[in-house]
Amino acid sequence: MSQQVLKAEKLNKYFHEPDTIHVLHDISMSVEEGEFVSIMGKSGSGKSTLLYLLSTLDTQYEGTVDINGTRVTGLPENAMARFRNEYIGFVFQFHFLLPEFTALENVMLPALKLGKRDHGAIEQQAMEKLRKMDLHQYAHKLSGKLSGGQQQRVAIARALINDPRIIMADEPTGNLDSANTANIFDIFNGLVQDGNTIIVVTHDHDFARKSTRILEMADGRICTNG
Amino acid sequence: MMLPVNWKIMKVHLLSRKRQTIVAMLGVTFGIGMFILMMSFMKGMNDFFEDIMLSVTPDIRIYNDYKTDYSSSVTGQYLGARPKNWIIVRHPRPRQINLNLKNAPGIIEDLRKQNEIQVVSPLVSAQVLFNYGPVQLSALLDGVDIREEDRLFGLSDKMASGRPENLLTSDNGILLGYKLAKKLNVRTGDLVTATAPSGIQLRFRVVGLYKFGIATMDEFKAYVSLTDMQQLLGKSRDYITDIRLKLKDMKQAAVKAPALAKRYGYKADDWETVNASIKAGNLIRDTFTYVLNFTLLLIAGFGIYNIMNMVILGKLKDIAILKAEGFARKDIVQIFLSQSLIIGLIGSVAGLLLGFLLSYSLSKVPWPEDEYIVIKRFPVNFDTLYYMVGLIFGLLTTGIAGLLPALKASRVDPVAILRG
Ligand SMILES: Nc1ncnc2c1ncn2[C@@H]1O[C@H](COP(=O)(O)OP(=O)(O)OP(=O)(O)O)[C@@H](O)[C@H]1O
Ligand SMILES: [Mg+2]
Repeated sequence: MSQQVLKAEKLNKYFHEPDTIHVLHDISMSVEEGEFVSIMGKSGSGKSTLLYLLSTLDTQYEGTVDINGTRVTGLPENAMARFRNEYIGFVFQFHFLLPEFTALENVMLPALKLGKRDHGAIEQQAMEKLRKMDLHQYAHKLSGKLSGGQQQRVAIARALINDPRIIMADEPTGNLDSANTANIFDIFNGLVQDGNTIIVVTHDHDFARKSTRILEMADGRICTNG
Repeated sequence: MMLPVNWKIMKVHLLSRKRQTIVAMLGVTFGIGMFILMMSFMKGMNDFFEDIMLSVTPDIRIYNDYKTDYSSSVTGQYLGARPKNWIIVRHPRPRQINLNLKNAPGIIEDLRKQNEIQVVSPLVSAQVLFNYGPVQLSALLDGVDIREEDRLFGLSDKMASGRPENLLTSDNGILLGYKLAKKLNVRTGDLVTATAPSGIQLRFRVVGLYKFGIATMDEFKAYVSLTDMQQLLGKSRDYITDIRLKLKDMKQAAVKAPALAKRYGYKADDWETVNASIKAGNLIRDTFTYVLNFTLLLIAGFGIYNIMNMVILGKLKDIAILKAEGFARKDIVQIFLSQSLIIGLIGSVAGLLLGFLLSYSLSKVPWPEDEYIVIKRFPVNFDTLYYMVGLIFGLLTTGIAGLLPALKASRVDPVAILRG
């Protein structure tokens, strides 16, 4: 039996500004090791909100989230940050990198923060991840000087640097043209093949079709679980 | 403890906006530099005045402060007072006042036995007139035991010509302030005539000139031996008007003086009381300097506060990313607070250097010619204490100025930023 990596129970989320709205209704879900789960649904259905809860970035919610057997709900801020650093890799829609650092440094930062390996080993590993993304020749370029597709690949490399238990991506291709989108698809396929556990929010059906499971969201609820 | 990675991020942040960083540093540098310059100069001034004051003020002076006691009067005898008559005397005058210390030799002997007293120098002093052709110049003539006086004020170091001991070896010798000598147009070896208030005249031979650097000493004062002075005043050999003391620890003077006054029944003034106005001047200068420098540093602090706030506004995305990567709030505080502290540290150290250079240059600037104070260059005190205080001030202001923005940065909600 495969291991459960993520389990969420009865998640409820409210926004209080400008008016109180109930954006997530009693969401329960779980993700097994090696699964590739897509979350789809209309704009405003609450996909991003859910992903931020699962990734521990948002802590204002009701319900519980367990990752890798740890109850992350209610962890103190410090421990939460540490947990996120070690077990979660995140890819955003707007390929957020630190523009004053090189591509290589961007990839290295989470590992340097974790501090489990020495600088040399981390650099070597970051270089390897960049090579996988076919970006090693840009390693020493400032990340702000790279194209959108290149930046998104650096962001994926960064998400992978600490060998996280789960990778979460919020519309990783949402801001890219079709050629770059195809490229990112291939990369995610490769990640799945390597046995990574992935949750991706996407609007792209072709992308979702490759996943092991699609969660369809509407009005803050999961309606299909197939 | 700061993680190397936080250190690295801080460094990149600082270097990526060199201009802003340098401007912020210059604010601190200027503030601290001025602080050092002003403190050094003010302290130099204070020291200078205090030195001068101390060079002519004994730690304690015991003297007979005459009391006008009119309880008994000769009026009654004169006018044949009867019980029913009122006799009112306006502006009474005392018949006779002796300004001397009655049992001076006994007191001196007693004082010399006391351990904490280093020097006991008796004095007979009076205002005399020196004849210069038809003109008479007034000066204070001090009859002293010149060896004690030398130990009291370090007279030997202040001699422009001759030696203090010459008073002992020569008959009717006199030491003159160099300015007084100039006015009288005499030199060592020449004769001068002094006239006492009583009209008695004595001729003295100039055996030395001294230069204290203040007019009261150099222009209006002269020294002769005790016996000569007693002779000039027509008094006996134990006629002493003042006894001046030097203590082993001059800080004890304020405590010791009242005790001595009580013991001997005469007035005893300590140097601090006598020079209270100089102390007050010092205090005013110190306060003024601190207030001014506090203001300068406050302005530098506001500058840093402003700059750091702007930096953080421009770095909201970076903060959100760092948090998403697993940097904790305390890491964010470290990253941004350390930027302020580095600005503060480098700015302060540069400020100390600037302050040193400025005060060093000032110490080489000639002081404008002055009749009353002899001082060649601007007085500057290079006390390291002010450098420590400056450094601590600099770090403290930049630390406080940087803390608020850093805390604000650590409270940035990453989700709000990352949603785009
Ligand atoms: N900070 C906020 N304050 C108030 N309401 C919010 C806030 N963030 C999101 N919402 C609301 O919550 C709902 C869910 O938003 P969410 O961003 O999760 O949708 P989504 O499914 O990711 O949409 P999209 O496909 O456009 O990204 C929307 O109605 C949105 O307006
Ligand atoms: Mg979304």
